[in-house]
Formats: sequence, structure tokens, C-alpha cells
Amino acid sequence: MSDGKKSRGPRGVVTINAELCKGCGFCIEFCPSGVLAFSDTFNDKGYHTPQAVRPEACTGCDLCGAYCPDFAIFGMLKEKVVA
Amino acid sequence: MSRVNPVNQYLRMDRMPHIWCSGCGLGTTVNCFIRAIENCGYPREQISIVSGIGCTGRVAGYLKLDSFHTTHGRPIPFATGLKLANPKLKVVVISGDGDLFAIGGNHFIHAARRNMDLTVVCVNNFTYGMTGGQLTPTTPIDAISSTSPYGNFEEPFNLPFLAESAGAVYVARWTTYHVKQAARSIREAIQKNGLSFVEIISPCPTLYGRRNKLGDGLAMMKAFKENSAIVNGADTREVGLDFKGKIVCGKFIDREKPSFLDMYHTTMAERFGPFYEPYEGVQ
Amino acid sequence: MKADPKGVLTGAHFLDGDHACCEGALSAGCRFVAGYPITPSTEVVERIAARFPSVGGMFIQMEDEIASSIAIQGAVWGGAKAMTVTSGPGLSLMMEHVGLAAMLETPCVFVDVQRSGPSTGLPTMPAQGDMMQARWGSHGDYEIIALCPNSPQECYDLTIAAFNLAEEYRVPVMLMMDECVGHMTEKVIIPKAEDIEVTPRRYTTQKPGKYLPYQAGRSEIPLMVKAGDGYLFHVTGLTHDERGYPAMNAEAHDRCVRRLVEKIRNNARRIIRLEETDTADAEVVVVSYGITSRVAGKAIQMARADGLKVGHLRLITAWPFPEKRLRTLASHVKAFVLPELNFGQMFLELQRVIEGKSSCYPVPHAGGTVHEPEAIYQRILYAARHSRLKDKKEVAR
Repeated sequence: MSDGKKSRGPRGVVTINAELCKGCGFCIEFCPSGVLAFSDTFNDKGYHTPQAVRPEACTGCDLCGAYCPDFAIFGMLKEKVVA
Repeated sequence: MSRVNPVNQYLRMDRMPHIWCSGCGLGTTVNCFIRAIENCGYPREQISIVSGIGCTGRVAGYLKLDSFHTTHGRPIPFATGLKLANPKLKVVVISGDGDLFAIGGNHFIHAARRNMDLTVVCVNNFTYGMTGGQLTPTTPIDAISSTSPYGNFEEPFNLPFLAESAGAVYVARWTTYHVKQAARSIREAIQKNGLSFVEIISPCPTLYGRRNKLGDGLAMMKAFKENSAIVNGADTREVGLDFKGKIVCGKFIDREKPSFLDMYHTTMAERFGPFYEPYEGVQ
Repeated sequence: MKADPKGVLTGAHFLDGDHACCEGALSAGCRFVAGYPITPSTEVVERIAARFPSVGGMFIQMEDEIASSIAIQGAVWGGAKAMTVTSGPGLSLMMEHVGLAAMLETPCVFVDVQRSGPSTGLPTMPAQGDMMQARWGSHGDYEIIALCPNSPQECYDLTIAAFNLAEEYRVPVMLMMDECVGHMTEKVIIPKAEDIEVTPRRYTTQKPGKYLPYQAGRSEIPLMVKAGDGYLFHVTGLTHDERGYPAMNAEAHDRCVRRLVEKIRNNARRIIRLEETDTADAEVVVVSYGITSRVAGKAIQMARADGLKVGHLRLITAWPFPEKRLRTLASHVKAFVLPELNFGQMFLELQRVIEGKSSCYPVPHAGGTVHEPEAIYQRILYAARHSRLKDKKEVAR
């Protein structure tokens, strides 16, 4: 990983489907860039869901997606989203 | 939200949300499996998934593949028949520790012995989650379960050692913390000829973690992170698991041996000569 | 569809019932067999193991009967016609997967060469003690079909029939042989392949995405798919809806189980096969099946020599039970006599369906050998003397 990339703004986009989330916190804990935190709001099932508090730090690595047991979150490279 | 999770195409989204608890590692394992089959080189139509009964038994029902939810302990013999009827299929068994190693233990060792062309993924959460958290053959000594309320005193199975001894050609263990490695191992296991085995240590916060004061799913995941050590090629005799002890992860065994179907072809071609009709499945 | 000539050993043979059953399976297009050795059924799989490699079939000896009985179902969902072969103790272990086959509607054949039980019993000697287990052995409500050959020729013929019925109704079909029929050697005629009618698997013609695994339509029998064809389908032993998805409620369960039961009950007339001799004017009818039907034949001869009007009704299909026919007979027959190598299993069923309209007498036998014809003969005499027509002479035509 090169150092220069950090300064070029967000490379990735994180997407959250709050309705599937069961609030386990795996994505928040294991996001290598510290993008996520629990939000204050609840989803319909009463779980606190994650929100992107530092979206600009997202690298689109999708580790959140790999960890999420509920298929409720995923990261993607920005260029892929546009394409 | 118009952006769609790429894993959704492999899931039966009409069945979501799934039944697994918050902090359960089964969804994470499914994620690893999907990432494995995306890059395994086989089209999805050719991959069949077979599960037994229990929380892990529900995996088959959530994957959008040809998927079979069979009986308790019996996914391996079902998978054996499926594979032999159509050897072009890649047949993966995903089931739990109780299903595969208590009631189904005999089927596992025989599938490994005959080196049946199957991949077996065991999600080991040390308990029967679906029925309320009872003792399984992998529950560590001293761990509490609903049927070992004073602490387990039975020696648990060391699954990688069992798999190696019985004849598996590929043996790996990861925890649900090791998502990338687990995905890679499942992929390698699928690509392997013969019986390949991947153990995934997974949190059951509701029925194992809570009873043993291990915290919620996240706390259990953190413990996996802190207590695990990656030792590829480790001697499987040394990788048994203790309650709250070190979890040795890695790819332990990767060896070549003719599979059941290889041996069948060789033997019959030798015996029957030109009269052998090369077996290509029954269709 | 006609049989694939590759597996058909056309000609006249001198075969025992076990070997004839193997040839029947080959003629029917069976190309996958999983089994576990058990006396007196082992000769079936021994011959299969020898015959299969040259006809493109796959035999595997599994680690036990539980594994065998589900391996065949994996094979069926992979596209094969499949069977397993066992005897009583093995059938007990297979019950789990008789239930699975009923629930998933997996067409497959279970061959049971019956020996004396309970438990290990008399492994090398005959019995007919598995008849109720074949019908009711797995938990829950379901229907199966069971056939009872009484000769090696019928072992051949009914094995083909078993596969055909399994495909037609998508049920497990039981071939209820017994040690005598299995080990008896007689002439067996195997016809030309073009003279053997074989029911092919009925696959859907719908496209993936449209297809629903358990959408049955008016025929009550849904069409199948197999793994690898791109349908990405799901099947489960849980109560399920038309999509094959688990459906955990009483309404879905009623729909699911009702069809499993009705698809057989509503077609019973078409499924049932009987062999009747001199029942039209009979005062006493002997009901029998399997090897006992041959012993009964001798007893009936003896009774007729005494001038008694005795008919014979042989159950070729034991399940579904020929309720209607027996009820009709009960309206003009004084008594039924039912010899069997158990202490009264099919007798219970007979008693149930004739509802006391006629007398009925069992000829129980623990198995280990067949009846003495004399014992059946004596029962016929007793039945003829002690039963009355209960005011139904007018009813009889």
C-alpha cells in the first residue's frame, strides 16, 4: 500500500442495508480504516446499526462485507460503483 | 438504495433476514464460502451444496445454488450419492460440529477413508445451537453446556487430526475472524481432488458464549483474534482446542492421493479392459 | 419408454430371487446402488457390484444402511435411478430416509429381503415381519408403495414395476421379498429390451426462475429437476411450500402432507395389483402374499379336494392395501383366512377393512420356515364350518 493514496480522497464507498442489520458490530470493529461507528438510531428490529462516520477513509476493501453475518453492509471501490 | 451487495446474487434474498442470531458466525462463513466459489473456476450451476440439520444445516437453504437440506448427520452420504451420480458437480457439504462429528461422525471418517471427491466445511461453534446449547463432540473440557451443566469432562475431538488420520487430502482451520484466509482455504478445498476439509471456528454467542461468560459475538471474535496463531503445516496432533486456549489456525495438510473416482476408473479399466465403460455419471 | 438394451440380459435363466432382482434393476435403468451387506439380501448387491462396471453403473458399499439409504437419494437428485437393498435390521436403520424420500418426493426403490426378527433374529431364515414397518416405519404421515413377489420371475418383474411406480408417483417403493423367494432358484425369463416398458423420470420443461419444485398441478405429482441443470433449486426435509422453502406453520404443513398422502390414496386403484383365483363363488377366500401364497396354494388344493369353495387372493401390492376389493368380497364371502409369516400384520389391515362383514382368521407363524400347508388347510376347514353368512346371501349379486 502506498502512502500517497490517502490524500487523494475516498477510494471506496460503503453501503449499509439497515433493515438486514442485527447490530453485532463486527464491521465497526474490524474496519481497517475506522470508517464506521454505531448510530444512535434503531432499525425496525430494534438494533443499533452502523453508520459511516468517516466515509472519506473508506478504501472499498469490503472487509466489512466479508465479516457481516447478515449481508447488510459492503464496501466497493468507487470506480466500480460508477461503472 | 440502488447499490446492491454483490453477495446477494448467491443468496436467496427472498428468505432474508435469516434465522441466525446477532453475532453468530454462520453468516460470516457464508460470506467466505461465496467469496471462495466466486473465484474457484467452476460455474455456479455446477456447484451443489448439502447441509445436515441444525443452525449450520440452514446454510443450504440460504444459498442460491442447487442446495439440499437433508437429515441430521447425513449430508456426507447424500453428497456422496450426488457426486457419484454426476461427477461433473462440485459438491460441498457445510454443516455443524454436532451434525458432522456426533451423529454423522462415521460418515465423515469413511468419506475421508475412501477419499470421496467432496469438500466438507465444518462450522464448529462447540455446541448444538438449534436445540438450545448442548454438549457436542468438540465442546472443550470445562466448558458449560445445557447437558454438561457442571462443565464438560469428555475429551473433545481434534478435528484436523481426525480428518488427517482418516485420510483427507486437504485440512485447514480458521476462525470467522480470518475471513480472507477462510475464503482462500475453502476455494483451495473445492479445487482439490478427493476429500478436503475446512474447519471454521465460529461464535455462538447465544448458547455457548453466554453460558460460558465469553461475552457477545463481537467479544468472541476479538478473542479469536487475540488467541489464535497461524501455523501453516502445523502437526495436527498439536492443534487440539482447550477452553479459552490457543487456537492454532492454518493450512495443515495439502497432499495428493487418488480419489475414490480416480481409483474406480483405474481399477475397472485394468480389470475390464475394453469392456469397461468409462464411468461418467449416470445421465 | 423402452429399456436400455445395455443392461438387459435377454433370455431364459436359472436365477435365484436376489439375482433376479438385480437383473430387474438393470432392466429398469437403475445405474446407482448403495448398499450394506446383510443376509439374506447380500446376493443382490454382489451381483450388482459385478455387473455394474460394464454397463455404466455405479455401486458403492456404504458404511451402514443409514448412509446407503440417503446416498441413493443424493444420486436420484443427481439424475440417477437408484436403489438400496437390505433386510429387516437394515430396514430399521433406513426408516429415517424412507421418511426423507417421502418428504422430498425422491423416486427410489428399497429392496427388503425379509428374515425373522425382531432384532438379529434368524438371519438366514424367512419371515414377513416387516410389512407394517414398511408402511409405518418412519415418523409422521406419508404413503409408500410396497410390492410382494412370490417367485424369482416376479422378483425380476416387480423390481422393474417398483422403479416405474417410483417414477410415476415420486415415492419410495418397497420391494418386500423374503428369504425363501430371495434364495429360491427358478427359471426367469428376461424379455427383449424393446418389450420392457420403463417409466422415465419426469423432468420439468419450465425455465429456471419459473420452475417451482413442489408445484404439483392437477396430477398431484410435481415434475423434477436435477442438480447441475441451472435451476438453483432448494429442497428440504422440513415442511415446505411450492418453492421448496421451509414453511413453518400448520396450514403449510397440511398442504404439504395432505398431498404426500393423497397422491397415493387417490391413485390406489391404478397402483394396486392383485391375483385372484376362484373368488367369484368362494365361501372362503385365502388372502396371502410373498412365499406364503405358494404354501397357501397347496392348502387351497387340499380344501377344494374336500369340496369346499375356496378362493385365493394374492396381494402383489401390499401397500396401498386393496380396501375396496376386499370390502366387495366381504359382502359375499363367509370368511377370510390370512396366513403370513408374522403374528398378524396384514391381518390387522384385513380386519380393519372388512369391518366385521365377514369372519376372518389369521394363520400366524413366527417365521424361521414357511407354514405347513396342513396348518392353513385346517384353518380353512375351521373357517368354512364356523362362519356364517350373516344375512348377506342376497347381497351377493
